[in-house]
Amino acid sequence: MKRRISLLLVLIMILSMLSGCASGTAGGEAPAEVVKIGWIGSLTGDQAVWGTCEFNTVQMLVDEANDNGGWLGKQIELVGYDTKGDSLEAVNAVKRLVGQDKVVAIVGPNASGQAIAISQVLEESGVPDIATVATNPKVTIDENGNTKPYNFRVCFIDPYQGAVAAGYAFEELGFTKAAILYDVADEYSQGLTQFFEETFVELGGEIVAKEAFKFGDVDFRPQLSKIKETNPEIIFMPYFFKEVALSSTQARELGMDAVLMGGDGWTSEQLLEMAGSSVEGSYVVNHLDFEDPDVQEFKNAYTEKYGSAVELNGYLAYDAFKLLEEAVLKAGEADSKLIAKALESAEVQGITGYIRINKDTHNPEGKEAAILKIVDNKYKFQMKYSVDVE
Amino acid sequence: MSWYYIEGILILSGINLVAVLGLSLLTGFTGLFSFGHAGFMAIGAYAAAFATMKLGMNFYVALLFGGLMAGIIGYVLGKLTLNLKGDYFIIATLGFGEAMRLILDNIQYFGGARGWPGIANYTNLTNVVIINVIGIIILVNIINSKHGRNMKAIREEEMASNIIGIDVFKYKLKSLMISAVYAGISGGLLAHYIGFLQPKMFQLIKSTELTIIVIFGGLGSVTGSVVGAIVLTALPEVLRNVKEWRLVLYGATVVFIMITRPQGLMGGKEFRVIHIIKRIVSKLKAPLNKEVS
Repeated sequence: MKRRISLLLVLIMILSMLSGCASGTAGGEAPAEVVKIGWIGSLTGDQAVWGTCEFNTVQMLVDEANDNGGWLGKQIELVGYDTKGDSLEAVNAVKRLVGQDKVVAIVGPNASGQAIAISQVLEESGVPDIATVATNPKVTIDENGNTKPYNFRVCFIDPYQGAVAAGYAFEELGFTKAAILYDVADEYSQGLTQFFEETFVELGGEIVAKEAFKFGDVDFRPQLSKIKETNPEIIFMPYFFKEVALSSTQARELGMDAVLMGGDGWTSEQLLEMAGSSVEGSYVVNHLDFEDPDVQEFKNAYTEKYGSAVELNGYLAYDAFKLLEEAVLKAGEADSKLIAKALESAEVQGITGYIRINKDTHNPEGKEAAILKIVDNKYKFQMKYSVDVE
Repeated sequence: MSWYYIEGILILSGINLVAVLGLSLLTGFTGLFSFGHAGFMAIGAYAAAFATMKLGMNFYVALLFGGLMAGIIGYVLGKLTLNLKGDYFIIATLGFGEAMRLILDNIQYFGGARGWPGIANYTNLTNVVIINVIGIIILVNIINSKHGRNMKAIREEEMASNIIGIDVFKYKLKSLMISAVYAGISGGLLAHYIGFLQPKMFQLIKSTELTIIVIFGGLGSVTGSVVGAIVLTALPEVLRNVKEWRLVLYGATVVFIMITRPQGLMGGKEFRVIHIIKRIVSKLKAPLNKEVS
C-alpha cells in the first residue's frame, strides 16, 4: 500500500515536471507577437504583503496595456515568480525567466539583497531589470564604482532618504537632539541609520542615543528606557511597520512624548490600524503623497479590482512598469539589449514623481521625497523635500 | 527546459550536497542533531570570500581555508557543548547558528546586514561536481574506517560503546569537526557562486533545511543524502508554476514522504551499482537453478 502511495507521489512529481516543460515549450513556440516580461518578488515569506501588491499592480497594468493594443502592436505576457525574499531563490527565478521563458525585461525585486544577487545573471544574459524598492546604492553600482549595465531602479536610495529625514528634522522642525532605534539584523535599517546619523551630525545636531534591536523582537522597553534617559526631541525609527507599531506603543506607555520619525518602511495602512494614537504627530519620509489627485485613479482602480488597499510597493511597481513601457516603445523593438540601452536615457511621468534615469548611476535623478505627517490617524502630506547628496 | 536554468539548480544542489554530506556524518552516523550548520556555512563563506577578495588567494586554497576556519570553530563549539546530552546539544547548536548570523550582521568590514557584493564567481558545475565526488569518497572512507564504526556504535548505544572503551567525547568531537569543515567548504562555494553574501542567507531556516534533507534522504545513508539534496533543492523549482502555493506543496510533499517512508528515501541502505548488477544476475540464475534442481 505504502509502496503504491509513494509510486503515485513520484508519478505526480514527474507529471508536474512535464507540465512545467510543456508550458515552457509552448511559450517558446508561441508566435512572435508576444512581448514577454518577467517579475520577481516575494509572494511568500515575511514580505509577501508587498510582493503580492507589486505583482497585482503589474498584472493589472499589463491587462490594461493589452486592452489598448499592447506594445509595438504585440500583446504583453507577464511571467511572475516567487523568491520568498531569498537571494538564492531570486537567482534561480531570474535564470528561469531569462533561460526558459525568454523574457525581454524584468520588473522587481523589492529588496536590495535580491537585486544585488541577480546582477551577475542579468549581465550574462543581457536582460535589463528595474528594481522597485531596492534602495541600497550597491544595486546599480558595483564595488569598484562602475555602473552595472543591466540594473535600474525607480526609487531614491538610502543615503538620500536618510539625509532627507535628518535634514527635515533639523532644518524644518528645528530639532537638535535626536535618538535612533534601529534593527541590527536588517540591511535597510542599517543603511538609513548610517546616513541619518551622518547628515544630522554634519548639520550641527546631536545624536544622544543609538539603540539596537533584532528582527523578531517584540519588547523594546529596555532600549526605549535608555533612550528616555537621554531625553531626545525626536526618535528616528527606520524599520518596518510591524515593529514600529510595537515600539511606538511601548514608547508612549513609558511616558515618552518625543516626536517619532520613520522612512518608507512605515507607510502601510496597517500601521495606522495597529499603532493607533501612538504614532499620532509622527513624520514619515515617503516616495509620494498618497492623497495627490494624480494618484487617485490608480489607487481606486486597484482597490476595485483586488479589494484591498495599495501598499507603497504598488506605486513603485507602477512606475517601474511605465518606465519599461517608455523604454520598449523608444527602443522600437522587443529586444532586451536595445531596451537596456533605451532605459539609460528614459524619462517618464510616474506617480511617485518625474522619473529621469541618470546614465551614470541608473537611478532616477533628483526625485523629491514627500514628507507625511500622521494626523487624526491619516497620512497627511506636508511638503516635498529634497537635499543634495553627492 | 533551458540548460542555463537547469545548470543553476544543479550547482545549487551540489553546494547543498557538500554541507549535507557533512551533516550526514554527524546526524546519520553519529546520531547528533544540529540546527546550527548554517552558522558553519556562514563562517566558511565569509572566510573563503575574505581569502580570495582581500588576500588574493587561489579559489581552491580559499575553499580549504574556509573549511578549516569552520572546522576550528566547530572544534571550539564541540569542546564546550558536546558534554550536553541530546536536546540540550541541539539547543546549543541552534544558539550558535543564530549568534553567528548576528555577529556577521554587525561586522561592517564585511558589509554588515547590507551584505557584501562583488565576490568573484569561481564556482561552476565542473568544480562543484569534482568537489562533491572527492567529498563523497572521503566520507565513505571515514565511515568504513575504525573511526566511522566507532561513530556508528555511539549512534546505536552511547553507554555501551563507552563501556567497551570508545572515547565517546572524542569521536563526537571528530564528527562535529569534520561536518563543520564540509559545511564551511559548501559556504565557500556558495559565496563564489552568487557573488554576494548577506548574513540573512544563513538563517535558522537554512540549518533546518539541511537537516530535513539528511532525514528525508535517510539517516545513515550517503546515497540517501545525495538523492535528498538533489530532490529537495529541485522540488521548489519544479513547483514554480503554482506560485504562492509552491511552499505549501513542498511542505506537504515532505510530510507525505515522511509518513509513507519514516526511514527516509534510502533508510540506512546504500545504492551501489555493483550490488544491483549482482542481484539481477542472481535473479536470472534463479530460474536456471530451479530447473536444475
